[in-house]
Amino acid sequence: MELILALAIGILVGSGVWLLLRPRSYQVIIGLCLLAYGVNLFIFAMGRLYVGAAPIMPKGGFVDPTAYADPLPQALVLTAIVISFATTALFLVLMIAARGATGTDHVDGKERHS
Amino acid sequence: MVEQNLLLLLVLTPFVSAALAATLPIGARNAEAWLAGLTMIVALVILAVLYPAVTEGQHITGTFRWVSSIGLDLTFRIDGFSWLFMVLVVGIGFLVILYARYYMSPDDPVPRLYSCLLAFAGAMSGLLLSGNIIMLVVFWELTSIVSFLLIGYWFQRQDARDGARMSLIVTASGGLCLMVAMIILGQIAGSYELDAVLKAGPQITSHRLYPVVLILFVLGAFTKSAQFPFHFWLPNAMAAPTPVSAYLHSATMVKAGVFVLLRFHPALGGTDAWFQIVTGIGMTTLLLGAVVALFRHDLKGLLAYSTISHLGLITALAGIGSPFALIAAVFHIVNHAVFKASLFMAAGIIDHETGTRDMRRLSGLARVMPVTATLAIIASGAMAGVPLLNGFLSKEMFFEATYVWNNGGSLDSFAPYVAVLAGAFSAAYSLRFIVTVFFGPPATDLPQEPHEPPLLMRLPVAILVAICLAVGMFPQQVLGTWLQTASMAVVGPELPHFSLKIWHGVSPPLIMSLIAMSLGTLIYLLPRRLIDSGEDGTRLMRRLDFARGFDWLLQLLTVKLPRFALRVLSAHGLQSQLRAMVLLSLAGAWFVLRTLDWNVPMPELGASELVFALLWLVGGTCAIGAAWQAKYHRFAALVLMGGAGLVTCATFVWLSAPDLAVTQLLVEIATTALLLLGLRWLPKRDEEIPGDNNLVARSRRSRDLLIALACGSGMTALALAVLLTAPGASVGDWFLRNAYVEGGGTNVVNVILVDFRAFDTFGEITVLAIVGLTVYALLRRFRPAPESVERPRPQLDAEEQALEAYLFVPSVLMQWMFAPIIALSAYLFFRGHDLPGGGFAAGVTLAVGLLLQYVAANVRWVEARIIVLPVRWMASGLTISAAVGAGSWIFGYPFLSAHAQYLDIPVIGKVPFSTAMLFDFGVFSLVLGAIVLMLIAIAHQSLRVAPRARAVETSEETS
Repeated sequence: MELILALAIGILVGSGVWLLLRPRSYQVIIGLCLLAYGVNLFIFAMGRLYVGAAPIMPKGGFVDPTAYADPLPQALVLTAIVISFATTALFLVLMIAARGATGTDHVDGKERHS
Repeated sequence: MVEQNLLLLLVLTPFVSAALAATLPIGARNAEAWLAGLTMIVALVILAVLYPAVTEGQHITGTFRWVSSIGLDLTFRIDGFSWLFMVLVVGIGFLVILYARYYMSPDDPVPRLYSCLLAFAGAMSGLLLSGNIIMLVVFWELTSIVSFLLIGYWFQRQDARDGARMSLIVTASGGLCLMVAMIILGQIAGSYELDAVLKAGPQITSHRLYPVVLILFVLGAFTKSAQFPFHFWLPNAMAAPTPVSAYLHSATMVKAGVFVLLRFHPALGGTDAWFQIVTGIGMTTLLLGAVVALFRHDLKGLLAYSTISHLGLITALAGIGSPFALIAAVFHIVNHAVFKASLFMAAGIIDHETGTRDMRRLSGLARVMPVTATLAIIASGAMAGVPLLNGFLSKEMFFEATYVWNNGGSLDSFAPYVAVLAGAFSAAYSLRFIVTVFFGPPATDLPQEPHEPPLLMRLPVAILVAICLAVGMFPQQVLGTWLQTASMAVVGPELPHFSLKIWHGVSPPLIMSLIAMSLGTLIYLLPRRLIDSGEDGTRLMRRLDFARGFDWLLQLLTVKLPRFALRVLSAHGLQSQLRAMVLLSLAGAWFVLRTLDWNVPMPELGASELVFALLWLVGGTCAIGAAWQAKYHRFAALVLMGGAGLVTCATFVWLSAPDLAVTQLLVEIATTALLLLGLRWLPKRDEEIPGDNNLVARSRRSRDLLIALACGSGMTALALAVLLTAPGASVGDWFLRNAYVEGGGTNVVNVILVDFRAFDTFGEITVLAIVGLTVYALLRRFRPAPESVERPRPQLDAEEQALEAYLFVPSVLMQWMFAPIIALSAYLFFRGHDLPGGGFAAGVTLAVGLLLQYVAANVRWVEARIIVLPVRWMASGLTISAAVGAGSWIFGYPFLSAHAQYLDIPVIGKVPFSTAMLFDFGVFSLVLGAIVLMLIAIAHQSLRVAPRARAVETSEETS
């Protein structure tokens, strides 16, 4: 389980970084999304993995924390998901606006001269 | 206590009036003048009431607690000295306001002028009355800013803008030096209260940081009071309207520098360094200003340099620092303010009536405007130091101070000679002003026919000149007691005996005065033609053009250096910047982790994990496929990315995080919809990019591949290492234990978001709102790529009809789904506190529901039936969240404290209710609004573009 998730994080981050370094703006957008998946999973994994743990507590009283998944990384990731949606939206609009204004989808707004 | 409150009122009233003045209509000249004038009268009355409490060296202090923990309280303090200064500020302020009513033309936007003048009066009062030295600096900088606004009042003029910028940069940088000096002073004295600092004099002067403090302090004072070599900003500030020049740049603001010199004399003065620096610079400025003033042709230029010179005189007196010199300084501050303000006003009248300020063109005005001429001549006499006028008395005291005082150094042996020489030049330029402007043949080439101004415009000048005469003839009766009160506050209770008399007998100062005046007459009359027709300014001053040096420095610091830094440091293009960022992160991670050992046991793979492995086999393939295809096959890449997202979502379910799974799934839908809408405006790219397969591009790609591999494997190793070590105690445990007891919910994640860490969530939804608005704003001026603009209408219509037929069943289904989606959204929202769901999920769900309606039918059809106001949703969401947060203040709890309980609602049963739920509703409303705003803004583009494309076609057809 741990190994698979670790590999998954690695693949997502690797693909994300590769796309991040590409010259076409659409590639960068997809890269950011993939990177966000990887990073979200990574943050989530920092709370360790609990298979089949009850996500919801019973009402009232004190509980044994070890029987539940760590809620803190989950709260962090929940926030991160929404924020990464917002950045994707912003970047998408920038991308189509830049494409309209510059006539190219290169991230610098002009083709490389080399 | 009444007095303390009056003190606060004294500072606050002008600011309140300034705010009021700014709101009046643009042409309300009389209303503005009445408002400002009444404000000044109120302040004068308050000052009159306070006077008995400041005599005999007493003072009033009113403290208003603010940030006591760092020694910052709003302390106001008035003593005899600041009282006298306040009378100047308010009294001259009143006259300037009266004068400005007639000076400003009806076309000028007067609310701005009066508002700034009042704000200046407030800032200056704050500066004079601050009992806390940090607050003093704050008000100090405030005067600089208001001065900037006033100099740039006619902002359509280049010289006004330049002068304003120059004065702001010089005085505000000086203010920063002053602030550092004050901080060090406060640290040495152990308190930022003015009283404590003034008492800590010996401690300060013997401290090893004393030289630093002194230099920084005088930098602040000298820049404000236009002392050499920072004097150049004052002549350039003359681009301001004349009332402003009279008020700020001669009578009050420029005196702030000498005010702090005198005020802090007990704390910093009395040392040899103080004397050498302050008197040295003061003397230099005195002489330099007087010499240059003689050679200026512009009336206001002459007066500006004369002001510089007189400020130098006061500074020199502050440097000498003997009790007698300090009294002389206070006296001259008052005298100079009175005669210079009247002279500026007179110069303004001349400018106003003749249309020019050039002394080469003005001549013989005494014939056409005799009253103004008489007033101006008397005021110039005071400036020159003619007996029976107030300037004579304080100048004589100055001569006496330089003459009597001697500590055996070289500077003070020089001082009397410099003083006499400067006095001579001052007599010379005063004489020049009188002779050229008012006497001689009538002027021939004036832009306007001059005549006397309205009576009320002359009245302020007349009042000030009357004061000049009264003080000059009956000094002891008019000003004696006030001067005594003020001096006692500066010098201390043991005031030396001084008498304000016109005739002291034949004494050295009188002889010095006579020499100065006769020499001055000779200096002007002998080379008169040369001066009158010569070039503007002296040759020496043109060599030492400080303003040009300033411009050069500014150019260097704000243009050349940044450009150089940009050239040297910047990366070319986003790609190399991102690469540098990724490499830096890699290097940083390596640097932190390099010392750790890798002692992680090899994980074992059980058979039960086969499904999970298969899941990620798909997920990983999707991710790599997306990376592979994103360049040419955008749609495929989008689908593959969605695949990876779904697998991520399934992982969250698998690993007991249902909240994340729900949110991820919903966001995934919204993201895909968004990207699909966006793809519509991204022209297809399928041809090969030129030069894409050459060696450079290939090597670049292999290098990036290596970086990506390093990042991926690094993250894998890191994740594995963490996952296989046993967790320690986590903050999460605390949340688990307390979520129900304190937050009243069983879904801990939601309780964290809306209760424990609600402030973070509040920040986050604010970000979301900002992004939504930014997207909206960006798309308002959106110009799509020409290739993506619609094809000809007939073809499109045919396609649309075909599409409608094809999508008929799904679209009906989507319309039916609308109500269930709303119900689902409500369900997700209400169960949020106890079960997976919550405001985020509910908001995204409803947004997706709305989006489906846009997909099912065309935009016009939907908007004819549903009114969606996303901006209002966002606004109310943010307001609700903030209001819920602020509501806890009413009950005495910190921002965003939540209260929770269960409500028993009939039929439905027990429902968890908490104020956090209201907060969550704010989150819901904002998320809904922001997402709908973004999606609709993009979807609407097709509506906006289509008519334009048609318009182009029709114009082509007709032509």
